[in-house]
Formats: sequence, structure tokens, C-alpha cells
Amino acid sequence: MNTTSHYDVAIVGAGMSGLAAGIRLAHFGKKVCIFERHNAVGGLNSFYSIGGRKFDVGLHALTNFVRPGVKGTPLTKLLRQLRIDRAEFALCEQKQSRVAFGPAGETSLRFTNDFTVFEGEIAGKFPAQIDGFRRLVAAIRTYDDVSLDIAPVSARSVVRSHIADPLLEDMLFCPVMYYGSAQEHDMEFGQFVIMFKALFLEGFARPLDGVRVILRVLLEKYRAAGGERRMKCGVQKILGRDGRADALVLDNGEEVTATHIISSIGAPETERLMGPPATATPLAPGQLSFVETISILNVQPAALGWGDDTIIFFNDSPRFDYACPAGPVGVRSGVICIPNNFDYGPEQKLPEGIFRVTCLADYNQWAPLAEENYQAEKLRWFPEVQRSARRFLPAVSDASLASALIATDMFTPRTITKFTGHIGGAIYGAPVKHRQGRTALENVYLCGTDQGFLGIVGAMLSGISMANYHILQKG
Amino acid sequence: MTKDECKQVVLDIIADIAPDEDLSNVKPEVRLRDQLQLDSMDFLDIVMELRKRHSIEVPESEYQQLASLDSCAEYLTPKFNTLAAKS
Repeated sequence: MNTTSHYDVAIVGAGMSGLAAGIRLAHFGKKVCIFERHNAVGGLNSFYSIGGRKFDVGLHALTNFVRPGVKGTPLTKLLRQLRIDRAEFALCEQKQSRVAFGPAGETSLRFTNDFTVFEGEIAGKFPAQIDGFRRLVAAIRTYDDVSLDIAPVSARSVVRSHIADPLLEDMLFCPVMYYGSAQEHDMEFGQFVIMFKALFLEGFARPLDGVRVILRVLLEKYRAAGGERRMKCGVQKILGRDGRADALVLDNGEEVTATHIISSIGAPETERLMGPPATATPLAPGQLSFVETISILNVQPAALGWGDDTIIFFNDSPRFDYACPAGPVGVRSGVICIPNNFDYGPEQKLPEGIFRVTCLADYNQWAPLAEENYQAEKLRWFPEVQRSARRFLPAVSDASLASALIATDMFTPRTITKFTGHIGGAIYGAPVKHRQGRTALENVYLCGTDQGFLGIVGAMLSGISMANYHILQKG
Repeated sequence: MTKDECKQVVLDIIADIAPDEDLSNVKPEVRLRDQLQLDSMDFLDIVMELRKRHSIEVPESEYQQLASLDSCAEYLTPKFNTLAAKS
């Protein structure tokens, strides 16, 4: 075994952010290796096969979609920085999405990749709030959300200063929180701005074949640039001395050295690799986790009357509370995704219907279950989640849905930990983000979810930004 | 290398890092930022590609020399010629 490998940069984790950082560094001649504990790349945004069928883990939609010619947005920046031709991602736009609130979705706000649709819906349904909404949007548009050093402010307080109706306030927070917030109840305004732009001012798109198309492009760029990758080869320790990392110890005991280390695995997780902190209290992991039910249908969802909506963010209660639920799963709110309802054009479509529903879940009630009880809990919660979500879709009888159903799967907080390594199944990592990516060791930097750019485009930009800021800019 | 050749080197780099920009009418005397959508990440890439492709070093304190094609040519042409003389 080679015990003398030295890299300019070692990257921990082959998710979107680690791969993007790796592409940048390898392109500019750095000797880079990505170490990935899992056997698949992608981290949270990966895929797996059961019975010959491929299921995406994370990705409902690529957010931040803008059409060709729109410049200066995160998607354009990332395509340039990674030298990706946008045709390689083969993105197809959403049809329409909705935020639906009330026990049967009585208040519904439709949105598409054309922001004027959403604005028009708000003007129609919340006429007293439209001026405040426009002021909020103006504040969002001018906010410097990629600044690496800006003081945190409560998003709830900023939004309330413009919007007086709590229903509209909650309807704006629900999608933004579900698609990226690691914090319960509230979020930092900078994070809100990133997600609001990503969802509403920009938009949703997806390659026909899902996240694996994007991963394939990233892997190919990384390989072509000369980057190395070691799979099923996690990092168990980062050895530090005098405030600097000396070496990485791999799961197999092997030691490698690197001038710089970029860790995409999360802030508390990276801290654990570095051993007990000398003084400060350890970083707190996130509390928010999800379950997702996936139903495979032998018909296109349109045949059931479900052909319009791409994504639906729903909530049945008087207020929307984004928090770890009291039970194993919280079914009062959630997200429906129907991947068939992207506009793939007349020539292509997904061969089977797919109906996905995501709800909040409590990791601590899933983690200790013995295998048999774990399977039983999945069986118990699957129909609960589906029943809750179907209230927000056109009615379909139980019998019609059952006769269309050909396969199901369900992921839980345990699945998230398996794919991401996040403590506590924390889907979006820890609540406190580290914009500059600094850690207790001067040559170890964070990228990915705990650096704080959100969504898969955000994840890739995070890897790019940290590689630029800490390594490439310094020559 | 002539100044015109030097401008072409810079334009070739911009064409690769920002293929979505129309470079057919770039005015050499106008700041690149004022006629193209280039941000600080793109300027970092111009510097990095100059080093990668041509072994030209531009220290961070001198990035502003790359503001326009004309200033690029003034600043970079002697660097190219010094390098050529050495080899």
C-alpha cells in the first residue's frame, strides 16, 4: 500500500460541491484527489437502483434555472466556471408549481419559471399585500447574497416588515424552507434570499434522466481535467498540528498528506474528523430531516388528472411550522413532486409515472429501530404521507391509484445519513453556516451545504467559490 | 508578439470562459466589464488561463491592468516578449 501519496488538495466527499471544487482545481493543474466513503457519487443528490429501476435520492428539480442569454445568475456562473455547455445538462423546464395551504389546499398560489405569474397570483389573492410583496422582492433583488462576510438577520422579521398577512408570509416561507433551510422556524435572511431567487425569480428544470445526467457531466469534466477519485474510501481522521492539518487517515488506515483539504461533509462532521476541539463547544448538527415516499405508476400522472403540477408545497394547518415533528413523521406539510410534469417536449417522456412526497421527520425516532421494526414503520407511514399529500391534488379514488401502482420505495432519515454522512440525518446540514468555509485548522476549508449556498446549483457554486477563494486566488 | 496578437490571446481566453458572450464587437479602449458580463470570477479565470496556457503571471495587485483590451495589450505584450526572449 502506498503510504506516501501527497496531493495539493484532498477533497472529502464526492457530492456536487466536492466534484465542482475538484474540477476547478484539476483544471488549473492542481494534483487533486476526492475521497468518497459511499460507492456512489452525488451525496444527497445521488441515485440508486431497485429492481432495475433508478430512483433519485435528493433532486426534485434543479432550482436556479434561467433560459439561455440570462447572465449573471448562479447557473450561468457555474456553467462558465466549470466550462460546461448548458446543452450538456439537457434541462427541461417545469410546467407549473403551486404553494397550497388549508386543509384541502383552499388557498393556492401558482408559479412558473415566469415570475410575473407568481406576482399576478399574489396580486389576485392577497391584493392588500401586493405593494409590500413588491417591496420585499426589490429588497431581495438588490441583496448581496454571495457576499462571504455579512451579518445574519432574521428572515421572518424582514419579511414581516413588508408583509402583514401571516398566511402569505407562511406561504412564502414554506417552499423556501423545504428546499434548503437547515434551521427550524426561521432562517437567516441571506439564505432566504438565495432560495427565493432560486425558486421564484429563477426557476425549476430537470434533465429527463434526472440527477445522474448532471453527475455524469461533472464526473467526465473531473476525469478529463486529470482529477483522481477514490470510492468506498472515506476519511476517518484529519491529523492536525500547530493549527494546520498534517495528514488524512483513510478508513483503511492508510495515511495521505495534502497541502489543502476541502471538506464537503458538513461542519460538525468535519470537526469530528479533526478530533475534540480544544476549547469551544462542539458545533451543533441540524435537527431537520425528511422522509420521502416514491410511487411508480403504470400510467402517466396526467391520466389520473395529475398532469399539471410539477411541484406542490402544501400545509394544512393555520400556521406553517418548519420544525422537527413530534412523531416519527409530520404529515401536516410537505412537498409533492411529479417528475413527469416537466416539459420534455413532444418527442420524449418518462416511461413510468412517478409520484414523490416529502415530509418532515424525526431522525431520533427512526435511528434506533431494529431492521424489522424499521420496515414496519416504513409500511405504517407510507400511506399516511400519501393520504396527506393527495388532499392537495385533484381527487383520485384509492382503487384507481392502487391499480396504477407498480412499485414503491421510501427513504427515511436513515437513508439520508447513509448517503450524506450527516449526523442526525440532517438533510441540509447544520443550522449555522460558515460563509468563508473556515475551520479550526488553517488549511482545512468547508464547502457544500454547511458553507451555505443552497440547492444543487448552490452546492456546485460553493465548491467553486471555496476552491477559488482559498486556493486558486492565492496562486 | 504584437499588441494585436496579444489582444487576440485575451479574446481567445474570454471566448473559452464565457462562450455565451458575443465578442465580435469588443471595443479595445472600453473596459471589458462595461461591454461584457464579466464578474470577478471571470477575471480570476483570465488570470488563471494566462498562467496555464502561456506561463504569464499576473499578481493580484495588478489585476486592474486587465481592464480593457488596450490595457491588456500594454501590460501583457512585454511579458510575452520577455518570456519569448528567454526560451
